[in-house]
Amino acid sequence: MSFFSRYRILLPVISLAVLLAATFYMQPRAMSYFGLNLLFNLAVPIALATIAQMMILMVNDIDLSIGAFVSLVACVTATFLNDAPLLGLLILAALILAYAAMGAVIDALDLPAIVVTLGMSFVWGGLALFILPSPGGAAPGWLRTLMTVKPPFMPMAVVAAILIAFVTHMLIIRSGFGTVLRGVGGNARAISRAGLSVTRLKAWAYGLAGLFGVLAGMALVGLTTAADANIALRYTLLSIAGVILGGGEFTGGKVSPTGAVIGALTLTLAASFLSFLRLSPDWQIGSQGAILILVLTARLVFSRKGDAA
Amino acid sequence: MSEHESAPIVTLTDAAKHFGPVRALDGVSLSVRPGDCLGLVGHNGAGKSTLVYLVNGGFAPSAGEIAFPGAANAAEAGVRSVFQELSLCPNLTVAENLRISNRGLTGIGWRRPARKVITESLDRIFPGHGIDPDAEVDTLPIAERQMVEIAIGFAPRGTEARLVILDEPTSSLDAGIAEQLLTHIKSFCASGGAVIFISHMLGEVFQVASRIIVLKDGRIVAERPTAEFSRQGLVEAMGHVAAEGTGQAAEAVRHTGEIVIRTEQGLTARAGEIVGLSGLAGHGQAQALAKLFLSQSSNWRAGHDPKSVFVAGDRPRDGILPLWSILKNMSISFLRQIERWGVVDRAAERAMTEEWKKRIGIRTDDVTNPVLSLSGGNQQKVLFARALASTAPVVIMDDPMRGVDVGTKQDVYAMIRDEATRGRTFLWYSTETEEVCQCDRVFVFRNGEISAELTPPNITEERILEASFHMQEAS
Amino acid sequence: MSSSSASRSPLAVLISRPWIWSWAAAALAFAATLGLTSGRGGGELAYAALSFGAFAAIVGMGQMLVITLGPGNIDLSVPATMTLAATLALRAMGSEPGTAFYGLAIALAVGFCVGIANFALIFLLRLPPIIATLAASLIYQSIAIWSNRGLRIKPPEGLAEFATGRFLGVPNIAWIGLLLAILVWVLLERLTWGRWLLATGQNQRAARLAGVPVEAVRAATYVTVALFASLAGYLLASFSGGAALNMGTEYLLMSIAVVVIGGCSVAGGDSNVPGVWGAALFMFLVVSMLNSYGTGAGVRNVLTGTIIIAIVIAASTRRNRQ
Repeated sequence: MSFFSRYRILLPVISLAVLLAATFYMQPRAMSYFGLNLLFNLAVPIALATIAQMMILMVNDIDLSIGAFVSLVACVTATFLNDAPLLGLLILAALILAYAAMGAVIDALDLPAIVVTLGMSFVWGGLALFILPSPGGAAPGWLRTLMTVKPPFMPMAVVAAILIAFVTHMLIIRSGFGTVLRGVGGNARAISRAGLSVTRLKAWAYGLAGLFGVLAGMALVGLTTAADANIALRYTLLSIAGVILGGGEFTGGKVSPTGAVIGALTLTLAASFLSFLRLSPDWQIGSQGAILILVLTARLVFSRKGDAA
Repeated sequence: MSEHESAPIVTLTDAAKHFGPVRALDGVSLSVRPGDCLGLVGHNGAGKSTLVYLVNGGFAPSAGEIAFPGAANAAEAGVRSVFQELSLCPNLTVAENLRISNRGLTGIGWRRPARKVITESLDRIFPGHGIDPDAEVDTLPIAERQMVEIAIGFAPRGTEARLVILDEPTSSLDAGIAEQLLTHIKSFCASGGAVIFISHMLGEVFQVASRIIVLKDGRIVAERPTAEFSRQGLVEAMGHVAAEGTGQAAEAVRHTGEIVIRTEQGLTARAGEIVGLSGLAGHGQAQALAKLFLSQSSNWRAGHDPKSVFVAGDRPRDGILPLWSILKNMSISFLRQIERWGVVDRAAERAMTEEWKKRIGIRTDDVTNPVLSLSGGNQQKVLFARALASTAPVVIMDDPMRGVDVGTKQDVYAMIRDEATRGRTFLWYSTETEEVCQCDRVFVFRNGEISAELTPPNITEERILEASFHMQEAS
Repeated sequence: MSSSSASRSPLAVLISRPWIWSWAAAALAFAATLGLTSGRGGGELAYAALSFGAFAAIVGMGQMLVITLGPGNIDLSVPATMTLAATLALRAMGSEPGTAFYGLAIALAVGFCVGIANFALIFLLRLPPIIATLAASLIYQSIAIWSNRGLRIKPPEGLAEFATGRFLGVPNIAWIGLLLAILVWVLLERLTWGRWLLATGQNQRAARLAGVPVEAVRAATYVTVALFASLAGYLLASFSGGAALNMGTEYLLMSIAVVVIGGCSVAGGDSNVPGVWGAALFMFLVVSMLNSYGTGAGVRNVLTGTIIIAIVIAASTRRNRQ
């Protein structure tokens, strides 16, 4: 085993550290409470969406609807949750259940997750447009306060990222239930041979994804104070990239919640870093793609070395 | 060993299992009591795996009865099985894998007991194993994975293990580790557990089993205490009692040409020769053939004159294209011979398909019917026709006679002989010894390697069985 | 399922064709729209459906070939390819008259390079196609943004006239779409290459063991989808008076949706050229139907998504029954 494939968390940590060091070198003023807050401001919703995507990749599926879903949640949060909190909460709970049902149906009927989630992205997007045809709404005050709170020593974004990583690590890596969920991705036959229902477990994984999708949408509205139906469409790509950057794999149930959060932070930082580089904004999207390809290439090289050793 | 006073763990009375017309298990009566160590031997297709799946509750019997006195089902009775194919989750750690099969491990801090249980089990069976319970399974070498699987089989998981079924448990273990396992099996049985032990290493079976059961064609043909068997007697019991009168030996000195195939493993074949591959199923024959075919053809180019063609035995996985008609399934391997400027000559395609349908006797009124409308045997004929209709000089056959009726088999044998005399080379892996005995030369595989090369008059069932099973003392 | 083909009535045979459903749905949407205007504007509606449907059909047929390759094969870089090809082609032509074919060559060259690049990522880096084409599409998008610089270059006049013109009452674009459909149909039904593609999609391992050069087939297919996307981008830009950076956006979901609605198997190995055309018309007609009934974009999207999922579920239960 090579060093890197043994400690797969190292590559994402090093990537983030290098990027952070480069940013501080370019822009020493960023090395402060407010600087960090600015750099990682938008990282919290992205990290939550990345965790949601990770839940799906964990059971060997992929979710092309998470961006539309987060947008829908943002619209619900900025309207119903603000105007009629109880109704808003009910709607959000129903959305989480819908996600769980989607997982159960995908497994029970053996449907391709790519196509089903693609279809659902139309549905979520349509509902979002229905609720909020034009940008608007308002963030509930408590949410706004929560997202802009200024804890001592570390900015909110960093505290939240650590908290998310800790909670999901306990849930997915440490707990027995999370272990079984990862087992579904690793060897679903062994799971069903042990007498567990794979369909029920997949429903749980999708339900958890729905939960974190809801949290992502709420966090996003807390930051932006308003919503629109397309507010988070790019999260679909970002979340997949975040999981992969964080050392997760597409198949085999190999995921790392800590890595996923670090991946999300790296992606957020990359955008700021490129603007410090005075790189033309034209290349911002492209460089995200290039970073993704580079990381995957690096991982391939390391795993090849691991095989050879 | 103490006498069997206590109630049996599992009792089968006249249990049978049929898959359609195939009688995989044809009335087996058996009871396993605490303290028993049963050696289960038999050749390919004798019904070993079916018996295992009946005992561990994987299948319900088609006829007869299976009972677990004092328990509702196999799991409750403490029946465990350890299979050759790995049933661990590779992305989880050793201790986490125990959690999958043991739902008793719940609550905060479940890892500590899980680690303790699995480490204790490993220590008991394989002292000095050096396996870290926190290592992810896919970072372990294959032998250690097998050890983990065995340890989980014997570990307490809510219920204690009372009957552990081990299917080829030592296949990837070295001799020292295998010896540790055998020692553990003996002490496990001495303390009131029971084991069903399946292995191609006859030495191991003799060393560990208190009783040996020989299965043949879905029936128990012999069941005696180990001491009453000799090794030679055991091999004879597995084989066909009646003397073979195939009469192929007369043709032994057929004229064959120069060597056309030579692999690193030592597999060779001459032009016009029918080369058999034998040995127990899953000992590397299929892989060797697939590797040979892939090395002779390309991912990137398909020329007009292919070097070899492949006849699949595992039809759904390797052969049949399920959405297509019989016609298209058959023509896929000779399209390049009948195309003009890349366009399929459909008249020629049709004519060739009709001709082969007649020659090989595919039962259908219309070759444009879906291939899945055919019975398994007729589907197999389509795959044969696909290969024989191409011009390739080498035909590689991966156990192609599964599910084919006797009449067809005779036709195909004749056709293969005929093609061989015209200079075609056949590499033929078969799980049926009868078929292999018709070959000009036979390679017997064991553990992924060639364990014997037989030529007439040595191509006999006995010789093949000898080479398939490891006859030496296991130590 | 055997022995019944001979005894079935023509109607039953027609119903058993998977492509009939998308055409029936398109006809229904057409009738429903006209029902509101009591038959007026039928010609215009059909003309518009053929024009806009053609773009979806061209892109969809490319995507269909990739999806035919089997589970996991998909090209998510279609929109970026369309935009990039259109942008570079229009810049090369610079609105000069007589440069239409030069521009077309540029667009197709872009498509070729994109296809090769996509497959290189898939094959050399062993990336799942979904992530390889996704990551690469971000780069194509950036190149398009960079080369576009926010300018809107008009297509040469002749080309614009051709793209918006008609022949025998049918839009030129639709003729091109039809021509490509025939080409793809011939490829799939008559050429050795098409047989190889369909075999690969049914079972890649079995196809390989039957002697099919599967990697060559996959490479050619990824190049083909990019060529189709670049052609669609070139035509769309000529049609709409210039390239826009978001011109391809709606075609990502559209290209996949028409394949699914058109009755192709998502599991691969089963293509359906007429069905894709029918689905492309349907996708346009259902939008205009809902528009004329005054429903908003939201309801439209929900309906589209529901249709896609319903079709996937219907296809899977049909598969399970067999």
